[in-house]
Amino acid sequence: MVTYLDNNATTQIDPDVLTAMLPYLSNLYGNPSSMHSFGGQVGAALQNARAQVAALLGAEETEIIFNSCGSEGNNTAIHAALAAQPNKRHIVTTAVEHPAVLNVCKHLEKKGYTVTYLSVDGRGQIDLMEVEAAVTGGTALVTTMYANNETGVVFPIEQIGAIAKECGATFHVDAVQAVGKLPITLKNSTIDLLTLSGHKLHAPKGIGVLYSRRGFRFRPFLLGGHQERGRRAGTPNVASIVALGKAAELAQQHLQTVDREAKLRDALEQQLLAAIPECEVNGGGTVRLPNTTNIGFKYIEGEAILFMLDKHGICASSGSACTSGSLDPSHVLTSMGLPYTILHGSIRFSLSRFTTGAEIQQVVSVMPAIVEKLRALSPFNNDQSEWLQSRDLVHTA
Amino acid sequence: MWDYSEKVLDLFYNPINQGAIADPQEPDVAVVYGEVGSIACGDALRLHLRIQESTEVIQDASFQTFGCTSAIASSSALTEIIKQKTLDEALKITNHDIADYLGGLPEAKMHCSVMGQEALEAAIYKYRGIEIEQHEDDDGTLICSCYGISEPRIRRVIIENDLTTVEQVTNYVKAGGGCGSCQAGIEDLLIEVQQERTALSARVTSEVAAQAADKPLTPMQKINLIQQVIAEDVRPILLADGGDIELYDVDGDVVRVLLTGACGGCESSSETLKNSIEASLQTKVSSTLVVVPA
Repeated sequence: MVTYLDNNATTQIDPDVLTAMLPYLSNLYGNPSSMHSFGGQVGAALQNARAQVAALLGAEETEIIFNSCGSEGNNTAIHAALAAQPNKRHIVTTAVEHPAVLNVCKHLEKKGYTVTYLSVDGRGQIDLMEVEAAVTGGTALVTTMYANNETGVVFPIEQIGAIAKECGATFHVDAVQAVGKLPITLKNSTIDLLTLSGHKLHAPKGIGVLYSRRGFRFRPFLLGGHQERGRRAGTPNVASIVALGKAAELAQQHLQTVDREAKLRDALEQQLLAAIPECEVNGGGTVRLPNTTNIGFKYIEGEAILFMLDKHGICASSGSACTSGSLDPSHVLTSMGLPYTILHGSIRFSLSRFTTGAEIQQVVSVMPAIVEKLRALSPFNNDQSEWLQSRDLVHTA
Repeated sequence: MWDYSEKVLDLFYNPINQGAIADPQEPDVAVVYGEVGSIACGDALRLHLRIQESTEVIQDASFQTFGCTSAIASSSALTEIIKQKTLDEALKITNHDIADYLGGLPEAKMHCSVMGQEALEAAIYKYRGIEIEQHEDDDGTLICSCYGISEPRIRRVIIENDLTTVEQVTNYVKAGGGCGSCQAGIEDLLIEVQQERTALSARVTSEVAAQAADKPLTPMQKINLIQQVIAEDVRPILLADGGDIELYDVDGDVVRVLLTGACGGCESSSETLKNSIEASLQTKVSSTLVVVPA
């Protein structure tokens, strides 16, 4: 049995979602653009899915553009915003964005755009005064995440949006981690563009949505056929769109009971902190998603913790250098100014509506011994270790 | 997920020789430790040795490691490998021996085995009272400032492991894996090492050739030999780096060449390149040759 606490990475497909999509992988294979009723019935299914997603977001059906993933949504949104106001060459974003935003911004810097990367404090929260100072009349786009994938920290989206609107900037929000976990109503929002990804809310991988506010001068990224009202070419991924529609409907129901996840998360946190010395919650001091906790276990390394957990069938993730694929630890935790003693040993547990109390108890029961075992191996297992003395323990960029 | 060998996982889940070694305060026994890495880098190893002073035999070895699965397994493997070896035998152990003992390591994790070898060296040098170069203070040879990696360390890992790309160097010693600003410097080092290798083999060949025949070359023979050296020794190295070379003309002792691709456009490397081609031709063909761009 697997204890799956890595739901910010991806989620299991809800059985009802799978049931809904399967016919579109077998009998109902028509192309919705075709002029026959065989294809037409598929078109009706797409329409239904569009309505389901719109309902979850408090948006209109015409504002929903189906695409392939969160990264496509973010790329498209950023380029659409820049195309909408070609004379403005300034972008405001944050230092803790997903690479699908950060690397696009870095690329645009090379093409002559100026990018302001807003900092975060020790809790992972941004400072609205800094937003105010950064956004000017020359800003084409403000792009921030709704909630951080690593810490779950939720940004004050409407306040940021208000500042963006005041200066005439387009406001894009990467809501990949927030949709389905927080209630979102775009109708009266400041958000112009919003990205979501299906596989984070119990739909399959390879399907996403970009919301584009009615009235926004959208420019397509992918050119070709007239699909998605000419805003995203390509034969629609019918089965996955139907799946995402169903997942959106289920997510909306689940929002009523999301407190249950928060209670399990809080229980996990409290029990781990009580049982294990020298650990703390990263981002714990501010508003967070109900399903996410990121805990730094001092003096040990995250990949080693994950392999120990794996032996018990527990899936989590880490921001340590060894797991990041590069040699540097998580840019999110580094931006928070956390000392190296914590950030290499940070573990994220992310829950879903399928998480049970028994799974949480399993983690609580194995984690203290894992930490103890690795600390016994470590040459520095407290802040007084002479190896740590007179060393710079905080990353200075 | 990393594809670790059974042996790596076994030594990670059940590490042997962990902890420090207490100094027994006995005559003829010394206890020392060597350390490498830091908490900032994300891995660090303190290797403890108990040495019989009269024979220089490592009687016992143990480790304390902060790091990932393969760092812990590499440390544990190292302690097993070096027990009962003399210090001189231990100094011959390379990071490859550690990786082999583990049934191999993922390429991106080779730096864990290098860390083991460096800690071993640090401990032995400490015991023998040899100062190790303090690369952190020596800006002149510091290549990668993110991880504090000096030129000699990179050079050594390139030579010992036959590395040819910057990515490999990053996998083995982390250099270049941080901000990436030193990657050009690492590239230059790779070229330098390759050139030194070429020059060495060229010297050997020319000495052999000189012994075989002591007659001056005819113009035809000279051009043929130049062609051959360029085709066999110089060109493959340039091709590997995305560049190319073509012999344009030979006028007396002046060899005119066309450099294209990555090398052609690069001001600083074309000078070193010219010198190294010249060195190859001088040792293998004639010491009076000069290379000029056509």
